[in-house]
This record gives sequence, structure tokens and C-alpha cells, in this order.
Amino acid sequence: MIKQLSVFLENEPGRLVKVTRILEDAGIDIRALTVAETADFGILRIIVDDPDKAHGILKENNVAVASDSVLGVEVDDKPGGLRVIAEILAEGEVNIEYVYAFATRSRGKAFIVLRVDDRERAVEVLNSSNIRLVEQNEVSGV
Amino acid sequence: MYWNRKAETLKPGELRRLQGKRLKKVTKYVYRNSGFYKKKFRDLGLKPGDIRGVEDLGRLPFTRKSDLRDNYPYGLFCTGLESIVRVHASSGTTGKPTVVGYTGNDIELWTEVMARSIMATGSTRKDVLHVAYGYGLFTGGLGLHYGGERVGCTVIPASGGNTARHLLLMQDLGSTVLACTPSYAVYLAEYAEKEGIDPREDLRLRVGVFGAEPWSEPMRKRIEDALDLKAYDIYGLSEIVGPGVAQECEEQCGAHIWSDHFLPEIVDPETGEQLGEGEEGELVFTTLTKDGIPLLRYRTGDRTILEYDKCSCGRYHPRMIKVRGRVDDMLIIRGVNVFPSQIEHVLLRIPEVGSHYLLVVEREGPLDVLTVKVEVTEDVISDRVRDLMKLEENIKSSISQALGIKVDVELVEPFTLERSKGKAVRLKDLRE
Ligand SMILES: [Zn+2]
Repeated sequence: MIKQLSVFLENEPGRLVKVTRILEDAGIDIRALTVAETADFGILRIIVDDPDKAHGILKENNVAVASDSVLGVEVDDKPGGLRVIAEILAEGEVNIEYVYAFATRSRGKAFIVLRVDDRERAVEVLNSSNIRLVEQNEVSGV
Repeated sequence: MYWNRKAETLKPGELRRLQGKRLKKVTKYVYRNSGFYKKKFRDLGLKPGDIRGVEDLGRLPFTRKSDLRDNYPYGLFCTGLESIVRVHASSGTTGKPTVVGYTGNDIELWTEVMARSIMATGSTRKDVLHVAYGYGLFTGGLGLHYGGERVGCTVIPASGGNTARHLLLMQDLGSTVLACTPSYAVYLAEYAEKEGIDPREDLRLRVGVFGAEPWSEPMRKRIEDALDLKAYDIYGLSEIVGPGVAQECEEQCGAHIWSDHFLPEIVDPETGEQLGEGEEGELVFTTLTKDGIPLLRYRTGDRTILEYDKCSCGRYHPRMIKVRGRVDDMLIIRGVNVFPSQIEHVLLRIPEVGSHYLLVVEREGPLDVLTVKVEVTEDVISDRVRDLMKLEENIKSSISQALGIKVDVELVEPFTLERSKGKAVRLKDLRE
């Protein structure tokens, strides 16, 4: 399991910069980020090396933030890497709500972050297909 | 609890007789001492002797805020400055302030009604009263101060300003009663939470005396929960005397107007016609016992309903059922009358919504568009956009249902709407 922070952002110029600068100033490394947005606002989802510290710093700066756990999966860093995972989950009747990826320093491998509708079932089918799940400590030490 | 049991528990008949007697007296007094009222009486063909009791109140001329402004600064005073011991002023949004003056008797009367008000909340000489209203030309600070001293409270004249200092003083001095605006109480609670101060552990507050702006029942609940106290509405305006014109008792069912001194009526804001019991309209006051600047039928601009039945506290003094807003606060959105307080009422019943909001009215082409900006709280943040869209939808439909008009809802980041230390600004009308 990987810890993910979700941050509320108004759709105004500079909001994303503000949040990333707060983290940067605190020496926190952002490993991956994605923004889901509507006309008025967005949700910034981030994976960082030190999620607890990041959460505290953001809160102190009056940023609306929540944290939860998401699935982290290791895939081959080549075309079709993500497709394999999608197929395994589809066969296991697990729906993917969203997915995003980030590169790692280990050659030839990439990590992806998955939010699914049934996490237990997802872990089960991924394990039985010999897909390696990634833990937070690996993200922290990327 | 009573400060002046006799005056506070007068029976309706006794109260009306006393009001009638005082009304006759003040009518003669202003006719004799005020050029302004003498002319008004002449224009109406009215003689002071025509007023024989409360039933003739409707024959007297109205007084408006503009009359005070037009006669700035001392034109409506009934005594020379040699008898005036204090002046207060309220800032107008445009131009000159409104100036009011008090004789020694007026200060005494004000102190009396403030003492009644403080004790009506169950506060006594054993309480430590933290006054966070501004001291100065504004009547809030000094009004609470004199009343508190009269009751015998330990008064902390903290005045407005630095929030960290307020919290420090309240913690160290063991304040049990807090007096400020309701919006500042919300801000204090928020600030305390951020600083890791737990009102249940670190503060000893048990009573809040909040006024100078209208606030809703859900707002009361929130403040009570956040600061761990019982919150009471205090009402007043400097033209009448300042805070202490009316005060909620421990039953929390509307502020009792101290009607042996301030005679209320409700009129239709358009026509000026007196309305019946239980009808909503503009609150109008006649001061019965003031010397410096007594006012006849002063139009407050506040909308409310009066209830005259006996309160469980033993008082018959009529109760103002929550001020719904200013007559001039009323928004007309696409032909529908809307009060900001109605929107607050709906909003604060939705637990996910923070206590801060802003209403923005704009004109888009021929249409008025009302946007409700609401701060999200961290409890509602989720990684899924659709959870927040659902919240937006919920707010939208709750308001539409209650008001009968469509509104836009915009979620904004926490702490981005302006905080006020005095009266909150919750409405921006950008039309025209
Ligand atoms: Zn009562």
C-alpha cells in the first residue's frame, strides 16, 4: 500500500504552484502527481517520500488535505506494461477508478498507482498473477 | 436571573400603563426641547396632548437614520452640551458618521439595561467577563463594560484586535463570559483549534454574549459546540442606546426588548403601517426615558417578528424572534425576495460546510446570478472529484428548495474568504 495525499485546489492560476512550493520548501520530494478537475475546482493527488510530514506541513499552511492508501504496482517500463495489469483486473472483475504512473530509478521498471472499487479482490488477483505490489518504504527510497 | 426583578417581571397591564405614562412624558419633552420634532408635530397638525397612551403611538412621526445625518452632529440633541457627558458615533458607509449623546441619566439607564442583559444570561458577579468588542466610538465595548461592572463581574476590557492575545488572556485570567460579534466568536474558535487550544480543557467559558450582527440558529449551535458555552443574542443600536436594547434570556427563545425603556412596534417597511402581533416587518423603537437624544418611532431597518406571550423565564417583555436581516439587506434575485440569513440557515445545516461563506450577486445579461461561495473543510476532502461534486449538488438543491431560486455554488479553499474581527461581510452585490 502507498499513502496518497489529496489536496483541494480552486481552479485559479497559481494554486498548484503554491502547494508544490510549500512541499519543496519543506524538503519533500514529490514522486508522482495528477490532477482531476471540474470547471470550478480540482483534486491534486500526490505521492511523496514522506507523506506524514507533507500532510502536517500542508495543514499548517491552511491547505485542505486528506490522506488515504492506494495500491502501488510494479510493471515493466515498456509498451503494454499497464495493459497487462488492466487485463488482470478486468478478468477479476475489479473496476479501476483512476490510475497514474511514475518512473523509478530501477532500470526497466515503472510504478503505477491504482484506485480500484474492490481493493481486497484486486490484491488477490494481482498476487495470483505474480504482479509485485509496491510498499510506501520503496516509494520513500526511490 | 434578574437584575431588576420588579421592572423585568411587570405584567402586561402594568407594563402598558407605565409605557403610556412615559410615552406622554417623552412626547411633551421632545416637543418642548427639539426644534426638529416641534416642526414635525406642526406639519402633522399634532399636539403633544393628543398622545394619551400607547394606543396613540401610531400618530407620532417616524424618525429615520437620514434625520440624524441631516442634522449632524448635534441637531437632534434635546439638551445643551453642558448636560452631555458622553458621545458615541457609528460610522456610515458613506459620508458623515451618526452621532449620539448621553446625559448622566442616559448612561445610568444604559448601564441598567446592560446589567439586566448580562444577568439574563445567568452571569453574575462571580463571572469573569472578557469584552472583545471594540472600545471607542462604537458602543459595543463600553456598553458591556459598564453593565459588567454594575453587575459586579470581573471585567477584562480586552477590546478588539490580536486574536492570540485574546486567547492568552482568556486562558490565563479564566474568563467565563465572552462578549463579541458572532463572526468573531467563530474566528476565535477556528484560531484556537489551529493553535491546539482545546476550549473544553484550556478555557473556562460558559456564556457567550454575541451581537451587533444577525446570526442564525445553526450558527448558534456551531459556536456553542466549538467554544463549549451557551450563546446568547444581544441586540442594540447606538441610535437607541447601544447594546442592551434587547437580550436573550436562558431560555434562548428570542431577545427580550426592555420595553419599559424602549417601546417597540413592527411596521410595514414600505407603507409604514403598524402590523399586528406575529407579523414580520421592520422594527421601530420609541425611547421612553432618554434625555440627551430621545427618538420617536425610530426606523431600525431590522426585520423581525415580536412575540408577546409570557416567557418561561417569567418576563413579559416582548421577544424578537431572530433578526432576519436588514430591510436593506434583502436581495431581489430574479423577482424573488431573499435574505442572506435564510441562506446561512440552510448552509450551516449541512455538516460538511465550514462556517464561512460569501454570497456574490452578479448580473449576466438580463439575469441576476447568485453564487454561494463555501469553504470546504478538510473532512470533506477526498481523492474522488465526484464526492465533492455531490456536495456541491447537495448545497445547490438545499438552497433552491428553501428559497425557490436557483443558485450557483462554488467550493473554495479553507481560509480564503475574508475573516472579520467586527461585523462580517457576507454579501457582495456586483450588479449595476
Ligand atoms: Zn425569557
